Amino acid sequence: MNLGALFSAHTFAHGVHPADYKALTCHLPIRRLPFASTLIVPLSQHAGKASIPLVQPGQEVVRGQPIAQADGFMSVPQHAPATGRIKSIELMPSARGPKIPSFILHVYEASTQQELYEYRHDIKTMSGDAIIQAVQDAGMVGLGGAAFPTHVKMKPPAEHHVDVLVANGCECEPYLTCDHRVMLEQPRNLIQGIRLVQRALGVERAIIGIEDNKMDAVHTLQQHLQDAAAISVQAVQTKYPQGAEKMLIKSLLNREVPPGSFPSAVGVSVFNVGTLAQIGELLPHGRGVIERVVTVSGAGVNKPGNYLVPVGTPVEFLLEFAGITDKANEVILGGPMMGMSVSALDVPVTKAMSGMVVLEKPAADTKHAKVLPCIRCGYCINACPMHLNPSMLGMLANSGDYETMQQDYHLNDCFECGSCSYVCPSNIPLVQYFRIAKSINRERAQQGNG
Amino acid sequence: MADIKLTTALHSSPHIKQPVTVAQIMRNVVYALLPVCAYAVYAFGLSVLLLLITTTVTCMLTESLFCRLARRPSTVDDWSIVITGLLLALTLPPGFPLWMAAVAAFVAVGLGKALFGGLGYNVMNPALVGRAFVQAAFPAAITTWTPPFLPNRFSELIPTTLTTPFMQPPAISEWIASVQIDAFTGATPLALRKFEHISTPLPDLLSGAVAGSAGETSAIIILLGGVYLAVRRMLDWRIPVAVLLGAVIVSLPFWMTGSERYPDPLFVLLSGGLMLGAVFMASDMVASPVTPWGVWIYGLFIGMLTVIIRLFGGLTEGVMYAILLGNALSPLISGVTQTRIFGDKGRT
Repeated sequence: MNLGALFSAHTFAHGVHPADYKALTCHLPIRRLPFASTLIVPLSQHAGKASIPLVQPGQEVVRGQPIAQADGFMSVPQHAPATGRIKSIELMPSARGPKIPSFILHVYEASTQQELYEYRHDIKTMSGDAIIQAVQDAGMVGLGGAAFPTHVKMKPPAEHHVDVLVANGCECEPYLTCDHRVMLEQPRNLIQGIRLVQRALGVERAIIGIEDNKMDAVHTLQQHLQDAAAISVQAVQTKYPQGAEKMLIKSLLNREVPPGSFPSAVGVSVFNVGTLAQIGELLPHGRGVIERVVTVSGAGVNKPGNYLVPVGTPVEFLLEFAGITDKANEVILGGPMMGMSVSALDVPVTKAMSGMVVLEKPAADTKHAKVLPCIRCGYCINACPMHLNPSMLGMLANSGDYETMQQDYHLNDCFECGSCSYVCPSNIPLVQYFRIAKSINRERAQQGNG
Repeated sequence: MADIKLTTALHSSPHIKQPVTVAQIMRNVVYALLPVCAYAVYAFGLSVLLLLITTTVTCMLTESLFCRLARRPSTVDDWSIVITGLLLALTLPPGFPLWMAAVAAFVAVGLGKALFGGLGYNVMNPALVGRAFVQAAFPAAITTWTPPFLPNRFSELIPTTLTTPFMQPPAISEWIASVQIDAFTGATPLALRKFEHISTPLPDLLSGAVAGSAGETSAIIILLGGVYLAVRRMLDWRIPVAVLLGAVIVSLPFWMTGSERYPDPLFVLLSGGLMLGAVFMASDMVASPVTPWGVWIYGLFIGMLTVIIRLFGGLTEGVMYAILLGNALSPLISGVTQTRIFGDKGRT
């Protein structure tokens, strides 16, 4: 029984309504960030295999030049974010924790950084396969946060017939407004990108789904699309996690992606609007992804805003530029619901990093953080967009029964949106329990196979 | 870059939190109970005030004692224990001897909650566990009723209230006769209906001008408390609705086939402890199911069982045992009513 869908056409059941804090930055135009003197470009910024270096330490590179090539289909190349000299290739800390091989690029201060490595495509005549190849060559990954190689999503399994392209402009994470600004400032790039991906997928219909707290973006895009019947703009309810692929497909098309399946199983391909706008901008010039829009926000930041940041810029540099308050206490890469807090500030901005949120220390309230037993209030059950039973999963995690969690309570269908932890009055870190359970199950499965 | 000095806190996501805590939920339940308590004191006088204080204080002391024994951090400050104390008093007769009430409170917390592991682990509603214990231990005292609105209720205690511990309470029919002009049969509306087929007028039931437990007074005040909590999403409205619906489903056919012998559904809803039980006890978060369908099954079960006990059992009232049974079954109900997960077409 799905009452939510009956009452409102453009939403999904369950979910939560956190305060969005978007007013801090949603009116601020995108500004270019200066170049840091040293950039750190990881060889792996995406899901899949790491790229293979094309340049040697000591070599000079031009801004935009490919510096690493894709290692097979499930991989993407890297491009030099600035003109300068490759100092070395070293293991450097990453936001996710482990150290990964990265280019250390010493940026030439004298360079204007105007020169840009590129080779022009005639996008009017490009075939679908050529577009997919060009998207891979651009080093494009999902800019919404998942960092899945974009060209892979443009080649759905042969048995799936995709009939709708969904452009995801929900941006349901609090604080983040980078997609919002891109939709307002680069509507032509976005529409260009949608057309190219439509051609590659062989899809007639495209829908841009935008949460209804961004009606200015809805109107802007509608104005630009007046003569394009195949592409429509649809406002959806502002509710977290509306921007999750499965939820947005449900809201827009009332199709439910089966557990463990990709959206193409129900004939849909979903791309983040930031990704599509980058495709529209970069593909005609054959350029690579060397910068992205990052929302810098939160009470701990002096100059919140949307910055166009070169890939590889150390987080520290970004923090220094935006300025932090005395009470700044937690630095989150991504949004506050699914992002990661970092301990080291020397990690670089990567392609999938949509935001940096700096929170201040909450008022001394130790009781607030006290974890109490589950009182079975059921809040988490009414919050979970996947209709799981986080309460039960949490109790099973407490007793270490990770197998039951997976076999009987659909642990692997949890995509860690954080809604359950967000509402839990007992402060139980449910999502963290589930992450641990999943990784232990993965390890056990590997041991079993090995 | 040297001027960036930051001691960063490391947390797992999500990094923001809905500002609702267990203590807040429990405190709001207490708020919703306060008008019920106030009306009980207004209707039955000082004895009920002492009863409320006795059970609440004893519950808090017991909780504190068991937390210390179990070397757990004290959970007295999460307000859940106050709910247990107030609810327990509201289920007892107004003149219930205070020492027996203290025993009930001790059992409620000790046996009903602490032994299971404290907050969140109790299988049954602690207040009802305490109530069930004294029902068995002191069958006479628990069925000694006094009429409401006695003229001297604020100047004089009901004689049984201050019974010496471990002594039998005195009979009070003579005392009642001496302070009240009208004859009082000493029976609750349910007993009158069951044994003498006398129906109490509805206005009396609604306003609570009847004999009964301290909290079996005004259905309206209880409902208002429930609405307050439901609006604040601190009470699952489906549970009271299901309980009341279950009671109607069973009582309606009997009444339609024999309105002489069987009470009408409205009487069933408004008499006895059904309203208090449905709104404040069956809905106890810890001891009720969590799944959407489980909640309905649980509520209907309690409502139906209550009426079956009332109509066919030896007891006049069945709410307490119905809820306790429902509590016992709720893990099972939750287990068999797991939700259909998103995108799964095969299961319901």
